[in-house]
Amino acid sequence: MDQSQIENIDIEIPLFLEAIFQKYGYDFRDYSKAHIKRRLMHRMAVSNFTTISQMQDKILRDKAFFLELLEDLSINVTEMFRDPDFYTAFRTQVVPSLKTYPFIKIWHAGCSTGEEVYSLAIVLKEENLLDRCQIYATDFNRKVLEIAKSGIYLIQNLEKFQRNYKNSGGKSKLSDHYTVKYGSIKFDQSLSKRIVFADHNLVTDHVFAEVNLILCRNVLIYFNRELQNKVIKLFHESLSYSGYLCLGTKESLRFTDFENNFTDINANQKIFKKIIGR
Amino acid sequence: MNKVLVIGASYGGLEALKVIIPKFPKDISLAIIVVLHIGENNNDSFIAYLNSISKLQVKEAEEKENIKSGFVYFAPPNYHILIESGGIISLSTEAKVHHSRPSIDVLFESAAWCYKNKLIGIILTGLNQDGAEGLKQVKKYGGISIVEDPERAIASIMPLSAIYACKPDYILTIEDIAKQILKLL
Ligand SMILES: C[S@@+](CC[C@H](N)C(=O)[O-])C[C@H]1O[C@@H](n2cnc3c(N)ncnc32)[C@H](O)[C@@H]1O
Repeated sequence: MDQSQIENIDIEIPLFLEAIFQKYGYDFRDYSKAHIKRRLMHRMAVSNFTTISQMQDKILRDKAFFLELLEDLSINVTEMFRDPDFYTAFRTQVVPSLKTYPFIKIWHAGCSTGEEVYSLAIVLKEENLLDRCQIYATDFNRKVLEIAKSGIYLIQNLEKFQRNYKNSGGKSKLSDHYTVKYGSIKFDQSLSKRIVFADHNLVTDHVFAEVNLILCRNVLIYFNRELQNKVIKLFHESLSYSGYLCLGTKESLRFTDFENNFTDINANQKIFKKIIGR
Repeated sequence: MNKVLVIGASYGGLEALKVIIPKFPKDISLAIIVVLHIGENNNDSFIAYLNSISKLQVKEAEEKENIKSGFVYFAPPNYHILIESGGIISLSTEAKVHHSRPSIDVLFESAAWCYKNKLIGIILTGLNQDGAEGLKQVKKYGGISIVEDPERAIASIMPLSAIYACKPDYILTIEDIAKQILKLL
């Protein structure tokens, strides 16, 4: 690639993201630049474009192509009981305090295809808390929300899920919580009836509801520092007094203005509690 | 701008790194970022060990931290590591590449975009093909490419794949790699 082509790409990408924002309202302008570039270069190669500008022309005129690119840009990789140690910590360090609440509202942001949401619901059910919970699970990708709503997953991944469940300190058997049909598993009604799945964009939408607990794991890593700060602010505003915030194991409040507004409940598992009055 | 070194290693990689990393002097104007395939295990014990035998500071890379000279950053297990322009770490959980997360290709590609001719890339021992495409990108963006001599490597497949993919600038034994890098600074 010659020097001028290399320079052009870095000029074209911000213009391309601006075009998407103007046309479709999805705002990727403050996502991690390296992540966006990687996804766009990949899409350019797969769809046989030679420049980002060519691709911009297409995206402005072809909604189906935009929806395809939206899939590229929203990394949906997830699993049940990912990071089992997190769930162990949640059971021992958050659940006891939740038990003192009459009613618990939970916001699960960036829930992807829902595996994590059902994992949480299982923990809450095993702790006899689920009947007092309302879980709002949101994502900005409608396609993954449909899968999440169905609660149906391929049986192929089950072994891993079962292993994670066991390592997380699961109290019964994972199979107590689903039925098997046609090579798929479907999670129990008792879990899904406490969950509302909804389309919500963390970048462009406002506070979703006042809640006692927010889980947002492995979403902030795709944002730049400024956007991470903005979204943590949104979470801070959404949390009730002494509400809990759970981030991904490699995420932190370190580069945000809100480090001092939360105390660590478990620093390794990134469980925080909002400090009263801040 | 100081130079940056990216290293990709797989099977046998820890042995190779134990030879290379301690050879760098304390006040070097070089930052080092490493992807070592270690499965889902955690990094803590070998990072502590490498730290104890090195003059540079060895640590796990943290989300959105600034990359600094004199440090050796390891990708955390189960996360890809990407470099942002301005020298900032980003992590990602996107799908595995060459059955690997972290993947060498992912690191090398984003490092090449960011550091261009200030980048040196090294592919060490390993049993898969991760890193070959990445090293090609390092070269394409003007960086220097080095591959461990496959005849002397614990596992030759990864060095051989890299050699076929990009005709590297240097093919060297573990013992000579650090020496060559110090000459390039
Ligand atoms: C890697 S997944 C994380 C899934 C799950 N939380 C986990 O840790 O396994 C990231 C999710 O964030 C969603 N996402 C990305 N940007 C978003 C935004 N601006 N608003 C809402 N969701 C977003 C993606 O669609 C994707 O489902």
